[in-house]
Amino acid sequence: MAQEMRSPIESGCPDAFQYMHPVMRKNFGQWAYHEDPQPGVLLHVSNNGDKIWTVRAGTQRILDVFTLRKLCDIGDEHGEGYIHFTIRSNIEYQVADEAKVQPLIKALEDAGFVVGGTRNSVAMLSHTQGWLHCDIPGTDASGVVKSMMDELIGEFKEWNMPNRVHMTTSCCQINCGGQGDIAINVQHTKPPKINHDLVSNVCERPSVVARCPVAAIRPALVNGKPSLEVDEKKCICCGACFPPCPPMQINDAEHSKLAIWVGGNHSNARGKPTFQKLVASGIPNNPPRWPEATAVVKKILKAYKENAKDWERINDWIERIGWPRFFEVTGLPFTKYHIDNWRGARASLNASTHIRF
Amino acid sequence: MAKNTYPTPMLDNLETGPWPSFITGIKRLRDEHPDERINSVTNGLLGQLEHSYETRKGYWKGGTVSVYGYGGGIIPRFSEVGDAFPESKEFHTLRVQPPAGNFYTTDMLRQLGDSWEKHGSGLVTFHGQTGNIMFIGATTENTQHFFDEINEYGWDLGGAGPCVRTAMSCVGGARCEMSNCNEHAIHRWMVNNFTDDVHRPALPYKFKFKVSGCPNDCQNAIERSDFAIIGTWRDDMKVNQEEFKNYIEKKGRQYIIDNVITRCPTQALSLNDDDTISVDNHNCVRCMHCLNVMPKALHPGDDKGVTILIGGKRTLKIGDLMGTVVVPFKKLETEEDYESLQEMAEDIIDFWAENGLEHERCGEMIERIGLINFLEGIGIDVDPNMVSSPRQSSYVRMDGWDEEAEKWFERKREEKQAASA
Repeated sequence: MAQEMRSPIESGCPDAFQYMHPVMRKNFGQWAYHEDPQPGVLLHVSNNGDKIWTVRAGTQRILDVFTLRKLCDIGDEHGEGYIHFTIRSNIEYQVADEAKVQPLIKALEDAGFVVGGTRNSVAMLSHTQGWLHCDIPGTDASGVVKSMMDELIGEFKEWNMPNRVHMTTSCCQINCGGQGDIAINVQHTKPPKINHDLVSNVCERPSVVARCPVAAIRPALVNGKPSLEVDEKKCICCGACFPPCPPMQINDAEHSKLAIWVGGNHSNARGKPTFQKLVASGIPNNPPRWPEATAVVKKILKAYKENAKDWERINDWIERIGWPRFFEVTGLPFTKYHIDNWRGARASLNASTHIRF
Repeated sequence: MAKNTYPTPMLDNLETGPWPSFITGIKRLRDEHPDERINSVTNGLLGQLEHSYETRKGYWKGGTVSVYGYGGGIIPRFSEVGDAFPESKEFHTLRVQPPAGNFYTTDMLRQLGDSWEKHGSGLVTFHGQTGNIMFIGATTENTQHFFDEINEYGWDLGGAGPCVRTAMSCVGGARCEMSNCNEHAIHRWMVNNFTDDVHRPALPYKFKFKVSGCPNDCQNAIERSDFAIIGTWRDDMKVNQEEFKNYIEKKGRQYIIDNVITRCPTQALSLNDDDTISVDNHNCVRCMHCLNVMPKALHPGDDKGVTILIGGKRTLKIGDLMGTVVVPFKKLETEEDYESLQEMAEDIIDFWAENGLEHERCGEMIERIGLINFLEGIGIDVDPNMVSSPRQSSYVRMDGWDEEAEKWFERKREEKQAASA
């Protein structure tokens, strides 16, 4: 007789109160202000004068259980056993005793973790799975991020930027990494190569046809078998057909490139939230270190650091100096591909004489 | 230790450099973990990943894997090169919902690590971009064992596929002076009232709730969620003039003019001759900039609540969309307030489930049918806060004008009566 299966307990999202530092529990919703004593450290003070220090550190994000236990050991030995993770996968330790802050920082740094990522630094890149685990990736994520953070580590540990810099990477144009001040995303440049032998067995053809944003896919008989064909003149090489139909191979060792986008900003501070804009493309997808992509990112960061005013995010800075100057100061080429032709694109054109000379 | 390890010359390169290396971590599992199963599966994983680095291609494909009683929550991964790397040919991820706001004790992290080590690869991420704890790498059989074990002590799967997804909320009231609502209570109330829609994917596409406690929107809710809940306030911001003067003393008058006063997007701030600040609260749009610069001097007001924006999403299929304001301000204090928020979400999800096309996000549906059809579908009145500007095109049939204008005046009369009652 088959073993009876266990029914799940549909408990959903757990209550975080049980895992919060007691000072945070006590002062929930009662915080008065914060200070930034040094990079990677926050001090929050409540209305009744209670204080809590936070030490933030970057990790490799893909944690093995040894590393997870090491992080817990540090939290038990030098912290107070309470941990919070930021949206960018940094680990944070909360302590109510100021004397623990410096030993905690030392323990983290001795173990190879990187304390920083607060205020006007280059924060940890947010990213997803890539070749390690995704079913549609054009590149790796953890490897790109490791390579870039190796070079940007100094900016993570210091407050040298005009304002915070949130970077993201994505391994396809779905852009799971999200909007960023700088985003490094895969950009395919050739239509999918179709394995016609497999299409009829693997793909639900009408839903693949429906998935195409430019109606470039149609059902076809190829070698007597039902398959799909792509109008290559219409195809925008977005890869949207690949997830529902893996025989429409979009990833290409040579023609899947990286593009860089800037100025995505989720905050409502100063201006309304903004989406990122294309600035560079045609960058080779070059493992294991992707040096060409890092070089472009560093160029943009250097120009931003030298030219932006305090508190300007990258989008604020470009809005002030204008796009022509952005291309001038970064030395990046401006091409016909920068001019949008998607729906609503005319709203992105300059319909004025506002021109900087 | 695995007896014959696959060579990984390209990955080895990622063990150099100052940032912590995920490759070094995976190799420790391969070489030092006492469990031979873990040595073997991580060896296969590294072999396949090296193959990806060499050929610049991915080799995972999806499939259908779930735990008993659920339809989603697992990201199935079967290797396309399983013959070459058989050790990791089944390598599924379990998406597990974190506590609202991502808080843990070291004890709980250890307990989760111990369970995962028993059944999985030993690799975990806090958190994926949808907000889940990602337990990466288990066989089909072991996904069930691992889930059974952690489900007994309080952990449940998140969403995967066309369903309500795991929600996200910021650090919020636990440790932030900008908090305008109980972010974690809202997060849990919303997603935990849709557990059936989380676990059994049956919607047109994904649907995400995200909660940020202030308009800094640290959770990227407006850009990345179908249902964004953003804390705000509607009375005057609080000004501590003494602290304001301290900033001037510390940073200089010019710095305050250049970085606070003139950066206000609606010119609602003035620096007075006596080094105090005046705020035109009626024209403040709660952008947060001045509060961010001077967290000791300026604070949100007391009449707190939330703004709701619907329909944010990323590129596929019609291009990026931000959420649109659907409720400019809503109090969230009583149980009735929370219930009405939940009802609104139910109305939206029901309407979208009925009217959305396959693989069409809620925001794309709104784009296709127009905001008015959507609002009428969910029973919400128009409000000028929903638009950046009124329409520019005269190509619209407007023979219902008098009726619509009367509705507006009627609503205004009701609001006035309610205010005086």
